[in-house]
Amino acid sequence: MDIVHALTNGFGVALQPINLLLVFLGCLVGTLIGVLPGIGPISGVALLVPLTFALKLPPESAIILLAGIYYGAMYGGSTTSILLNIPGETSSVVTTLDGNQMAKQGRAGPALAVAAWGSFIAGTLSVVGLMLLGPLLAKWAIRFGPAEYFALMIFGFSTLSALAGKNMAKALISTLLGLMLATVGQDPQSGISRYTFGLLQLEDGIDFLVVAIGLFAVSEVLVLLEEKTPNAVRTRVGRIYLSLKEFVFSLSSILRGSVLGFLIGVLPGAGASIASFVSYTLEKQLHGARGSFGQGDIRGVAAPESANNAAAGGAMIPLLTLGLPGSGTTAIMLGALVSLGVTPGPQMFQQHPAVVWGLIASMYVGNAMLLMLNLPLVGLFVRLLSVPRWFLLPSVLAVSFIGVYAVNNNPFDLLLMTIFGLMGYLMRKFDFPLAPVLLGLVLGYLMEINLRRAMAISNGDVSFLFSSPIAIGLWLLAGLSLLAPAILSRFVKREALGDDEI
Amino acid sequence: MRQVVWGVLLAGVFGMSLAFTPKGPECIAPAGAGGGWDFTCRAVTQVMFDLKLTPQPFKVTNLTGGGGGVAYANVVSQRGDDANLIVAASPATTVRLAQGQFSRFSERDVRWLGAVAADFGVVAVKADAPWKTMQELVAAWKADPSKIAVGGGSAVGGQDHMKVLLLGRAAGLEPRSVKYVPFDGGGQAITSLLGGFIQIFAGDASEVRGQLEAGTVRVLAILAPRRLPAPYANVPTAKETGYNVEWVVWRGFYVPKNMPADAYDYWLGTLRQVEKSESWAKIREQNSLGQFFMIGAQFQVYIDRQVNDFRNLSKELGLIK
Repeated sequence: MDIVHALTNGFGVALQPINLLLVFLGCLVGTLIGVLPGIGPISGVALLVPLTFALKLPPESAIILLAGIYYGAMYGGSTTSILLNIPGETSSVVTTLDGNQMAKQGRAGPALAVAAWGSFIAGTLSVVGLMLLGPLLAKWAIRFGPAEYFALMIFGFSTLSALAGKNMAKALISTLLGLMLATVGQDPQSGISRYTFGLLQLEDGIDFLVVAIGLFAVSEVLVLLEEKTPNAVRTRVGRIYLSLKEFVFSLSSILRGSVLGFLIGVLPGAGASIASFVSYTLEKQLHGARGSFGQGDIRGVAAPESANNAAAGGAMIPLLTLGLPGSGTTAIMLGALVSLGVTPGPQMFQQHPAVVWGLIASMYVGNAMLLMLNLPLVGLFVRLLSVPRWFLLPSVLAVSFIGVYAVNNNPFDLLLMTIFGLMGYLMRKFDFPLAPVLLGLVLGYLMEINLRRAMAISNGDVSFLFSSPIAIGLWLLAGLSLLAPAILSRFVKREALGDDEI
Repeated sequence: MRQVVWGVLLAGVFGMSLAFTPKGPECIAPAGAGGGWDFTCRAVTQVMFDLKLTPQPFKVTNLTGGGGGVAYANVVSQRGDDANLIVAASPATTVRLAQGQFSRFSERDVRWLGAVAADFGVVAVKADAPWKTMQELVAAWKADPSKIAVGGGSAVGGQDHMKVLLLGRAAGLEPRSVKYVPFDGGGQAITSLLGGFIQIFAGDASEVRGQLEAGTVRVLAILAPRRLPAPYANVPTAKETGYNVEWVVWRGFYVPKNMPADAYDYWLGTLRQVEKSESWAKIREQNSLGQFFMIGAQFQVYIDRQVNDFRNLSKELGLIK
C-alpha cells in the first residue's frame, strides 16, 4: 500500500471531530497523569479502558484515546521531576538529576520548556520512524532473544558511573540494594518464593512504582520538612521560555535521545525507563568533563525526556506490526483492541487500516497538541515553586499515596512506600544516590530472568551469551561505555553552560 | 388449591427478584487491568448491566498481589458474608490453591459460583518449523528433549507449564527432561517462538489467533474436548492426534462463603441470563473464547475435582511435595 495514500486516509480518520476531541482528551488526561506522581501511563491507560467500552467507541477512536494518554503521560512526567525532585513517572527518574538542579538555580522554565520541545521532536520523529521503518524494525526486534537481552542489561549497568555522583562505592551499594529488591517474590524459573516472609503481598515482587515514589517523593518531603524556614519561597521562578541558544545547544542531545529511545522502545520488554537511563548516560559520556551534568546541565533533561517519548512511539511497532505488546502499557492497549473486535497480529495493517493509520495520523496531531498544551502550562507549573510549603508538601504526599493506592487497591503498598520513604531519607542523609537503586531494580529482574532463560535454552552453555552479532555488539558497547569516560576525559577540556553564559 | 399452586409458581418465578436486589455490586479482578481476570469482570458485569440485571453498573476493583492470593485472603477474612461481591477466577486460581500458594486458605473457604466461557490450550510451532503434525513433533521431542525448548506465559508450576508436563507425560517423556522456559505472559513467549529461541509455544487459543490468521505460526493441536470454530476449524484436538490431554481455561467467579442464599441464587440467575444473551455470544466470539457454562452445585463439584486433580498432578510431576 502506498504510504502517502494510506496516511491521507489516516488523517481522514484522525481529523474527524470526535477523534480530534479524543486526541485532545487523551493528551490532556495523559499530561495530568504524567504530572501526578503515583499514577503512571500503565495505570492511566488501564483506568480509562472501561471508559472506552462505556462510551461504545469504535476501535480506531478507542486506540487514539488510549495512545494519547500513553504519550501524553511521557510529556507530563518531567514536570514534578524538575520542580520538586519527584519523578512523575519511572521513566523520568533520571530527569531529576539535572532538572531539579536547574530549578534550584531558577531555571525551571527552560528545563520544562526543553522537556516539552524534546518530547515534541522525539514524538514526531518516532511516528515517522514507526511509519517508514515499522515492519523492518519489528523483524529486528524479534531477533532479540534472552542472550541479547542479557547483554543489553549489562550495557545498562555499564551506564552506572553516570548516575554515581561523587562516590562510586556508595553508588555500587545503592545498586546492590536495587538488585536485592529485584529478587523478592516468586521466582518464575523455579516457582519458589524468595524473601517473601510468608506474605502473599510480596509474592508478585515489589512494584517499581512503589519503590520510586517512596524513595523520591516521600523522602523529599521528609527532607524539606527539616528546613528551618517553612514558608519561604524555595527558589526564584525565573524565565519561563527557552532561549534560542539553549534550544540549539540541546538539539543534538534531543536528536540522539530520540533515536536511542526509539530503538530501545521497539524492543519488547525493555521500555522507556531503560531508554531514559541509557540516553542520559550517553550524553554524560559524550560531553563528560565538558558538561555540568548533575549540576543542572540542560542536556541532562533534554536527552532522557526525548528518549522516553521516542520509546513510547517505538513501543507501538511490535504492537501494530506483530500484534505483540512491547511494554506493559501496550499490553493493556492490546487487550482493549481485542475486546473491541480487532485481532492484533501481523495482518492488522491490511485488515484494519483505519485503526492503524488513524492512530499514526493521530499521533502527529497529538504531538503538536501536546506542545501547544504544555508550553503555556510551563508558566503555570513553575508557580508551583511559590506555593507555600505547608500546602505543597501535604498535597504531594496525598497525591502520591492516592496514586499508588488507585493502581493496586492494596494498602500493603502504602506501607511499603512509607518504608521506602524512610529508607530514601536515610540514604539522602548519608549521601547515597537514589537513582542507582531504581536502575538495579528495573534491570536486575530482566537481567536475571534473561540469563536463566538463556541458560535453560542452551542447556547451560555460557558461550550462548556471545552467540549472535547483536549480543556481541552489545557486549562491546558495554565495554566501551565503561572505558569511555576515562578515554574521553584525556582529550577534552571542561566547557559548561552556566546561567550567566546564556 | 389451584391458587396455592399459582402462588407457589409465582413465588418461584419472582422469588429471586423479590428476595434480593443487588446494591452497589462489586466485581474484584485479583490482578491488574488488561489481564484475563480483569476482562472476566468487566465483560460479564457490563453484559449484566446492559441486560438490566443490576440497577447500577458494577464497580470493578483490581485487587492485585500474590497471583490472586491477596484478593482471596481479603474475601475470606474480611468480606465473608458480602451479598454484593463476585470475584473473577480461572484455573490459575485452582492451580495455586492446589499447590498451597494462598497461604492457609483452601478451595473450601469460598463458594464457587460458575463459569461462563473458556479458552483452550494450544500447542504451536513456528510456521516454517519442520514438524507438520503432533506425531512428528513428539518423535523429535522424544529423540532429544534437550533440543526442544517449550515456552509459555506462566512461571514454573503455573498453567502453561502444567499443560506442557501433561503433554510430555502423554507422550511418554520424563517430567524432568522437559525443558520449560517461562516468560512474562504469552505475548513474550510468542515473540520468542517467532525469533526461533524456543521451539514450542504452549499457550492458549486466544493468544495465537492473530499469528495463526497471519500464517506465522502453525497450531498442531488444541487441548479442547472438541474442535473449535474458524480459524481453528482445521486444527485437530490433542485427543485426535493420540495424546489425551485437555486444558480448559474456564473463566468464572467465586463469591464469599457465607453469602446469603437468596443473593447466591440471584447471581446464579444472572449468569444464566448472561449465557443466554446474544451480546455475550458476540463478546466470546470476539475474544476467541469457547462456550463453557457450568454453575452452582455442578460447578462446585467440578472445582473440588479440579483442585484435587491438580494437587495429585503437581505431586506426581514433582512441583510440590
